[in-house]
Amino acid sequence: MSELRERIQQVIESEDVAIFMKGTPQFVMCGNSHRALDALRSVGAPVTAVDVLPHPEIRQELSALSGWPTIPQVFVRGELIGGADIVEELNETGELAEKLRESLGAEYSTGEERVVDVLAAAP
Amino acid sequence: MSATERLRALLEQAFPDAEQLEVHDRTGGGDHFQVVVAAPRLRGLPLLEQHRLVNQALAEPLADGTIHELRIKTRGTT
Repeated sequence: MSELRERIQQVIESEDVAIFMKGTPQFVMCGNSHRALDALRSVGAPVTAVDVLPHPEIRQELSALSGWPTIPQVFVRGELIGGADIVEELNETGELAEKLRESLGAEYSTGEERVVDVLAAAP
Repeated sequence: MSATERLRALLEQAFPDAEQLEVHDRTGGGDHFQVVVAAPRLRGLPLLEQHRLVNQALAEPLADGTIHELRIKTRGTT
């Protein structure tokens, strides 16, 4: 397994909520990434974002791992939740907040946002 | 064949008994699409699996760059 794939997998598995998106939460570069992020923000999810744009391999390795072809991709504690449409729909039905409470506990809603660079050398 | 027609043909192949099957070219540019599929095959499946089946049907245009952006709306029917 490539080093990059390992790092991506580590983010998926170790972060409470990971979103692989085009751009960053501060500077979103795509409508669908924006919609997914908005849904996560509206329920106060703690978000760890990975920008897939800096290198095409990020997206290739991610899709190879997840079996999901499009961006964004949202994971909760290692489980693929879906892309923008699914996250938005789950938010509308209240299932998104429910899923977060179930997986992260009642106090999940920190609204913290951070960005992880998977291309950077591991510390 | 336009990209819209190609997507529709692929979806019809994957969901031959669909009750509703729509492909919208959202921007008119032939690369931002919204698809709507309501089919018996989707019934009872979690949303993730419903979308996975649509993605699988459109794997080729997703991989070759025809689809730049895809929005999916699915529903299971009886």
